[in-house]
Amino acid sequence: MAESSVSPTPLLKDELDIVIPTIRNLDFLEMWRPFFQQYHLIIVQDGDPNKIIKVPEGFDYELYNRIDINRILGPKASCISFKDSACRCFGYMVSKKKYIYTIDDDCFVAKNPSGKDINALEQHIKNLLCPSTPYFFNTLYDPYRDGADFVRGYPFSLREGVPTAVSHGLWLNIPDYDAPTQLVKPRERNTRYVDAVMTIPKGTLFPMCGMNLAFNRELIGPAMYFGLMGDGQPIGRYDDMWAGWCIKVICDHLGLGVKTGLPYIWHSKASNPFVNLKKEYKGIYWQEELIPFFQSATLPKDCTTVQKCYIELSKQVRAKLGKVDDYFLKLADAMVTWIEAWDELNPSGGELVLNGAGK
Amino acid sequence: MAQVSIPDSEVDIVIGAVQSDLASFMEEWRPIFSRYHLIIVKDPDLKDELKVPGGFNVNVYTKSDIDRVVGSSSTTVLFSGYSCRYFGYLMSRKKYIISVDDDCFPARDNKGDIIDIVAQHVSNLTTPATPFFFNTLYDPYRKGADFVRGYPFSLRHGVSCALSCGLWLNLADYDAPTQALKPGHRNSRYVDAVLTVPARTMMPVSGINIGFDRELVGPALFPAMRLAAEGKFRWETVEDIWCGMCVKVVCDHMGTGVKSGLPYVWREERGDAVESLKKEWEGVKLMEEVVPFFQSLRLSKAAVSAEECVVEMAVAVEERLGPVDPVFARAADAMVNWIKLWKVAGTRSAVA
Repeated sequence: MAESSVSPTPLLKDELDIVIPTIRNLDFLEMWRPFFQQYHLIIVQDGDPNKIIKVPEGFDYELYNRIDINRILGPKASCISFKDSACRCFGYMVSKKKYIYTIDDDCFVAKNPSGKDINALEQHIKNLLCPSTPYFFNTLYDPYRDGADFVRGYPFSLREGVPTAVSHGLWLNIPDYDAPTQLVKPRERNTRYVDAVMTIPKGTLFPMCGMNLAFNRELIGPAMYFGLMGDGQPIGRYDDMWAGWCIKVICDHLGLGVKTGLPYIWHSKASNPFVNLKKEYKGIYWQEELIPFFQSATLPKDCTTVQKCYIELSKQVRAKLGKVDDYFLKLADAMVTWIEAWDELNPSGGELVLNGAGK
Repeated sequence: MAQVSIPDSEVDIVIGAVQSDLASFMEEWRPIFSRYHLIIVKDPDLKDELKVPGGFNVNVYTKSDIDRVVGSSSTTVLFSGYSCRYFGYLMSRKKYIISVDDDCFPARDNKGDIIDIVAQHVSNLTTPATPFFFNTLYDPYRKGADFVRGYPFSLRHGVSCALSCGLWLNLADYDAPTQALKPGHRNSRYVDAVLTVPARTMMPVSGINIGFDRELVGPALFPAMRLAAEGKFRWETVEDIWCGMCVKVVCDHMGTGVKSGLPYVWREERGDAVESLKKEWEGVKLMEEVVPFFQSLRLSKAAVSAEECVVEMAVAVEERLGPVDPVFARAADAMVNWIKLWKVAGTRSAVA
């Protein structure tokens, strides 16, 4: 039976890193200060490494630019995207913490319907710390939330749930639309606050947005590779989508949960739809092949770790998507490189110390 | 997306009366219900005279009507208690049916406005469902929403929605153990969303507040799962949970959708969860067998219509669940009999 939470949400300040990709500045952190200041930040600086990114006073952070990434990964740096926020996954790899929260630098604190500032990080932590229920849909959404429970007919044997690997948050104001939709509805704003968290059922895929995302790095980290995007690549704005399809297949296989819904952040910047269209164009077509691929992807029983699952997926990507475009052969290679780099930087039983610029 | 406007004449509101005095119920719903045709079915076990206020366009069916159509030996077996509503589904000739329990009243939304559940259910049923890929902004056809980045374009036309499952404020639809352990627990959270329950995902459909497309799935909503100790309180039934899973399998097979979320009704206190708890936890135990069965159930290509799907399901229930508990063998029989009854009394050519 779900119990209403009486104790406050733990801060997890020594167990969680906030990963922020940026190319411009980090002014947005001022607004987040009350909620983020206690946490360690990992800033992944994309674009020109000579530009100095000013971090507001009082934050504890490490910062990596392209030069750092190349230095740390050597030839394996080829798997990290350049000139695309996909580079953020480097931050996941170098983190030593159990949990990651990643947020875009144009995302601000939103207000809930009663006008109160939303502590997005606290809600993500709540989502990650309590179980998911992927095997049977609860019509009252997250049964572990205060004020909710499992409904009549929900089997008792499924009420313990499974560990939550990913918490996918949403956005008020500028919605995360693709370029064609943006072009058709340039003025549409998301003003609807849906007061729910829910588990995405097993066997169901979803479009994972990296703007406001948290995950348990120990449970699913190696699968959070954001692919090859941006400079020199035929596609952009599909980094988080790619990661989302991979993690969902793997979570379904390993019996882990993915939640979506609260918390909301306020998304302030609408990117240029024409620029977006150029980046997404191929993705819109390829998607039609990718979705059936992921929907039917199965992993053998002996894939018992995330890394094994991911390597197996990369083989299937090579075999089945290679014929869609050569890009997928490159991507399959990059997936393997990513795992090799991950394992190198995260040896089991040891801790590598890296020299990212920062305090 | 442009909303399709449905004439009121295509809607029937079906109420199963398990209590005899419907006066306050009907008065509360009058502003919303009065423009539609209503079918009220009196629980054949109810002895008292039914009290229905005037000013409604209503057909009332009682035990004698049910006896006439199905034969008195079947009446109690099929249509007593909450299941009396299915007789209303059988008799209706409308495309859309909206059904609520008689202890539910209009609720207010988060802006304080009275919720028109009929309009919302009809809206859910007349806009497409999207069962093949999850949209993180929920129903993409709602005003102010759309498909998000990454949603495949080929899936954006959606499929027909066959079933709309609403929710409840105040007394949520919890089972007896949950309600008994948390007697003060009330649902006060208004979740402003409608979403499609993904294909092959099973869910507990609550009969307390539903709408459905009778043309698409009428034959698949039936009174089949009657607990030995079934009583007159929702905590003591699983008939809706059972047929909800049957409907979901049928929808998944036929490529139609099921939505869940808005609208909300306000559900009042009736009965005592602790008293219900004292009865055998038959329903709770049965769910442990029921869920894995439905999750793995696949129908053959030969099952094209909802009727054919139900017949195939009944065979599977008989074969795989029959040996587990006699209630399943009875359910399988009831499903087969229902389809026979539907063909005779439920189709367009039959006279109500």
